[in-house]
Amino acid sequence: MGKPSDLVQGTLDLLILKTISLEPKHGWAIAKRIQQISNEVLQVQQGSLYPALHRLEQQGWIRAKWSETEGGRQAKFYSLTAAGRAQLERERESWNRLSTAINLVVEGT
Amino acid sequence: MRWFERFRMAMLTLFRRRTETVRLDDELHFHLEQQAAEYITHGLSPDEARSAALRAFGNPTLLRDEARSHWSWSRLEKFSRDIRYGARTLTRSPGFALTAIIVMALGIGATTSLFTIVRAVLLKPLPFRDPGKLVMVYEHFRDSTSGDGFNVVSAADFRDWRQQTHGFEDMAAWRYYGFNLTGEHAELPEVVEAAGGSWNLLSVLGTQLALGRTFTPEEDQPEASHVVLLTWSLFQRRFAGDASILGKPIRLDTNLYTVIGVLPSWFNYPDPHIQLWVPYAQTFTPEAYAMHDNHQSHVIARLRPGVSVAAAIREVSALQYRLHLANASKPVAEDVVWRPMIDDVVRDVKTPLIVLLSAVGCMLLIACLNVSNLLVARGASRRKEFAVRGALGGSRLTLISEQMIESLLICIAGGTLGLFLSFMVTHWLADHWKDLPRAEAIHLDATVLVFSVGLVFLTALLAGLLPAISSTGTGIFNALQESSRSIGGSVSRARLRKTLLTAEIALTVILLVSAGLLFKSFLHLRTSDLGCVMDHVLTIKYGLPEKQYDTREKVIAFHESLLERVRRLPGVRAAALVSTPPGGGWESDESFTIPERPSSSFRLQDDALLRTIDPGYFTALQIPLLQGRFFTDQERLNRDHYIIVSKKFADQFFSGESPLGKHINVAWNGKPENYEIVGVVGDTLWSVTDPVKATMYFPILSGTPDQASDATIVARTVADPLALSIPIQQQVAALDPALPVYDVLTLQQILGKATASQSFSATLVLAFASLSLLLAAIGLYGVLSYLVTQRITEIGIRIALGAQRAEVLRLMLFDGLRPVLLGLLIGLAGGAGAGALIRSILYGTSPLDPVVFVAMVGSLLVTALIACWLPAIRASRIEPMQALRTE
Repeated sequence: MGKPSDLVQGTLDLLILKTISLEPKHGWAIAKRIQQISNEVLQVQQGSLYPALHRLEQQGWIRAKWSETEGGRQAKFYSLTAAGRAQLERERESWNRLSTAINLVVEGT
Repeated sequence: MRWFERFRMAMLTLFRRRTETVRLDDELHFHLEQQAAEYITHGLSPDEARSAALRAFGNPTLLRDEARSHWSWSRLEKFSRDIRYGARTLTRSPGFALTAIIVMALGIGATTSLFTIVRAVLLKPLPFRDPGKLVMVYEHFRDSTSGDGFNVVSAADFRDWRQQTHGFEDMAAWRYYGFNLTGEHAELPEVVEAAGGSWNLLSVLGTQLALGRTFTPEEDQPEASHVVLLTWSLFQRRFAGDASILGKPIRLDTNLYTVIGVLPSWFNYPDPHIQLWVPYAQTFTPEAYAMHDNHQSHVIARLRPGVSVAAAIREVSALQYRLHLANASKPVAEDVVWRPMIDDVVRDVKTPLIVLLSAVGCMLLIACLNVSNLLVARGASRRKEFAVRGALGGSRLTLISEQMIESLLICIAGGTLGLFLSFMVTHWLADHWKDLPRAEAIHLDATVLVFSVGLVFLTALLAGLLPAISSTGTGIFNALQESSRSIGGSVSRARLRKTLLTAEIALTVILLVSAGLLFKSFLHLRTSDLGCVMDHVLTIKYGLPEKQYDTREKVIAFHESLLERVRRLPGVRAAALVSTPPGGGWESDESFTIPERPSSSFRLQDDALLRTIDPGYFTALQIPLLQGRFFTDQERLNRDHYIIVSKKFADQFFSGESPLGKHINVAWNGKPENYEIVGVVGDTLWSVTDPVKATMYFPILSGTPDQASDATIVARTVADPLALSIPIQQQVAALDPALPVYDVLTLQQILGKATASQSFSATLVLAFASLSLLLAAIGLYGVLSYLVTQRITEIGIRIALGAQRAEVLRLMLFDGLRPVLLGLLIGLAGGAGAGALIRSILYGTSPLDPVVFVAMVGSLLVTALIACWLPAIRASRIEPMQALRTE
C-alpha cells in the first residue's frame, strides 16, 4: 500500500478538519459528509481516512471522544482542538493560495 | 495547549496501547456496520450487505496496522517485536545461546575489569593539585649502562637545585627511611617503613593535612627538634584515631619525636607501606646532608606557569654539570633527566597492564569472531527463509536489523553477566596484584559503565554485522535455486567462515605465544639460582637503635649472643648474620678505589654492593669459597680491615689477576680507610630480576654502629623453617624486649615475593590464552561440523562411487586444517611481533624462544586436530544410501 502523495494527504487533512469544524463526527460520518458535500466527487477511501484521523489525533489537531450515536451505539467522535482550529485556518489559506495559483495557470492564456 | 494534547496522546498510546488497539478495532468495526446498514437500506440481504461492506472496506487488518503506524512509539513497538522475535529464536537453540552468552560475558567482563584498573592506575590524574604540572627530576650519568638512567639524587644536589635555579615554581625531595617504633609505655615494638620529606613537599603537591600542621623550614634541618607526621592508617591503627596524640611524643629508634600532624586517608604516596613522615634533613647526619655523592632522594618539581619543562630542566642540567666538575673525583652525575610524575608512579606496572589489556582485548575479539562464526552458520540455515522474505518485499535493512538484534541480545546478556563478573573480580585482581600503585583509586564508576555499554554495542556490531550482511546478501534467486538438490553447499559462505576462523586462529596463536613467553620468563625467575642454598632457610631482620647500641662492643655483644642462642636452638643446622640476604634487594652500595691500580682511569668511580657478614655466613648459606679464606673470629673491632669480594667483583676490577692481598679504599663519611682482600666467594643475586652485581663483604664484627647495627639472622633448619620463627623471635625478645623484628621470611618466600607480579601477569595471560584456545576449538568444530552437514550428499555420492573412507577423512581433515595452518602462519608472525613488544618484561627468555614457539604451535595443532577429527570421522562414516535420502 503506497502512501498518498503530499498534495492528497494535505488536502485530506483540510477536508477532515473542515468537516468536523461544526460538530464532532465519527469516521463513517466524516466520509459520508465529504462525499455528500462534494456531490459524490470526493470518495474518501477508508484506507486513507483512518490513518489520517489517527495521525491528526497524534499531532494534537483533533481529539476523540467516545459517545453514543443516534442509533444508540458507542462510536468514536472526533472534534477540533483549539490548535486544530488554527491549523484549519492555515490549511485553508494555503489551499486558497494553491487553488488560485493553479486556476491562474490553467485558465490563463 | 497543543503540546498537552500531543503528550496526552503519546502517553495513551504508550501505556494504554492494548486498550487503544481494541478501540481502533471497534472504530473500524463500527464503520463496517454502518456500511453494511447502508447496503441493507439499498435492499441487500444482511449477509450480502456484510460481504459487500467488507469488499468496499478492504483488508481490515492492514488498515488497522496502517492507522497504528501513525501512533507514537511505533518504532519502539517494532523494536520490541524484533527483540521478542530474536529472543524466541535464541531460546530455540539454548545451547548456542548459552555458549555465546558465556563467551561474551567472559570477554566483556575481563575487558571491563582490566579497563577499570588501567583507567584508575594509568589514566586518572594523580590526586594532587594540578598534577599535570608535577615532574620528577633525577640525576643522570651519561656513560651509565646499567639501569634506566634515572638515578636518585643526593641531598646536596637537591639543595643546590632548589636554591640556585628558578625555572620551577618549587622543588621538594623525599627519601625512604625506616624506624623502630616504640611507645612510652610497654607497647609492642614494631618496625615501620617511613619517609623523609622536605618541609615544602606537601605544598608542592598541593595537599592539605587532615589534622595539625606540616614541617617548618627550621625543623627541616639535621639535628633540629624531632617532629613526625603520621599517615592516616598508622593514626587509626596504632593510635585509634585519637586526635589527642597531636603534640605528644612517640619513640622512633628510641628517640622522642613530637607528633605534629596527620595526613589525609587518601594520601599514600609514594606507596601504602609508608607509615610516617619525618623532616627530610633529619634523616641525614650533617655530613651526609652536605654530600653530593650520596644518592638516595626523589625530587618532585612543580612547573612554573609560562616556563617550559625543557627550559627549567636546562637550567638544572647546567647547574648539575658545574656540580659534577666541582666534585670531579666523586660519583656526581653530569646531567639530569625528568619524567612526568604519573609516569614515575606507574613505571613498573605500565607495560604489564597494557599487555594484559591487549590480551583481554584479543580474547574479546576472538569471542566476537566466534559468535560471528556461529551466527553465520545459523544464518546459512535460515538463508532460504530470508530469501523468501526478501522476495516478498521485506526490506534488506529490516532483515539485517532483525539479525543484528540477535547478536545484540547475546551481547547485552553477556555484557550484563560480564559486568557482574567484573564487579566481583576487579577488586580481587587489584588486591592480588602485589604493589600495584594507586590501587585505592580502583572502582567501578559511571565512566566504566559507559565503557562497558559501549563495548556491548561494539561487540554486537562486530559479531552481528558480517553474518547479517552475508545471509541477507544479494542473490535471492540463487538462494531459492539452491534448493533441494544442492551439492557442495554454498562456497562463499564457507569461505567467509574460514576467513573468520583464520583470524581467530591467528589471534589465538599471538596470545598463546605471548603467554608462553611470559610463563617461561616467570619459570626462569622462579627457578633462578640465587647463588646459595635455597631450601629450609629462614631470615629475620632487626635493627639495633644507635642510641642504645652506641658502641662497637654493645653491637657485637648483641649480635654474638643472639647467634649463640639461635645456634643452640633444636632444629637449627647453622645460623649466621648478614646485612641483607641474597634476593633481599639492593640495600646499600659504596664506591671505592683500588690503591694498587693506577687510579682515575675511569671517570666514574667504581662501586659495588655492600654487605656486612659474620664469619659463619658463607658456610651457613653454602656460598662457595673460590680463593683465599673466610673471616676469622679475631677479625673484629679495630682489627676489621679485611674484606671478602664476590667473583663478579674479582672479574670486573681485577680481570684475570688474583685480588688476594690487594686493597680497596673506602671513604666512610669522608674518612678513607684501606681494606685487604682476603677471599673470593661465589656470586649471589641481589634481585632475581636483575643481573649479578659486584659485591663486597665487610665483617659485621667490626661493630661500627651505622654499618653493623642492621642485621638479618639467617638460619638453615632441618625441617620447616617457619616453625622456628617464633623460637628465634623469643631469643631476640629475651635479649632486648623493646627490639622489634621484621620481614620474617624464608628464602623461598623472598623469591616468591620478588616474582609475585610476574607470576600474576603470566598466569592471567596464560588463562586468557587457554580460554582463547578453547574458543578457537569450538569455532573450528562448529565450522567443520557445518561443512560436513552441507556436503553430506556430496560425500554420500563419493562413497557410493567408491571413495575410500580414509580418503574422505583426509579430505575433511585437510579442509578444516587449511584455515588453521594459514592462521598459524599469520599468528606466528604476530607472535614474534608481540614478543618483541613485551621484551622489557621478559627475564632470561628470548622473544623468539624456540621452546615456547614449538610448544604453543604444538598445543594449537593438537587442539585443532581434535576439533576437526570428530566432524571428519562423522563424515567418513556416512552411509551413502542414507546420505542420498537425506534432504
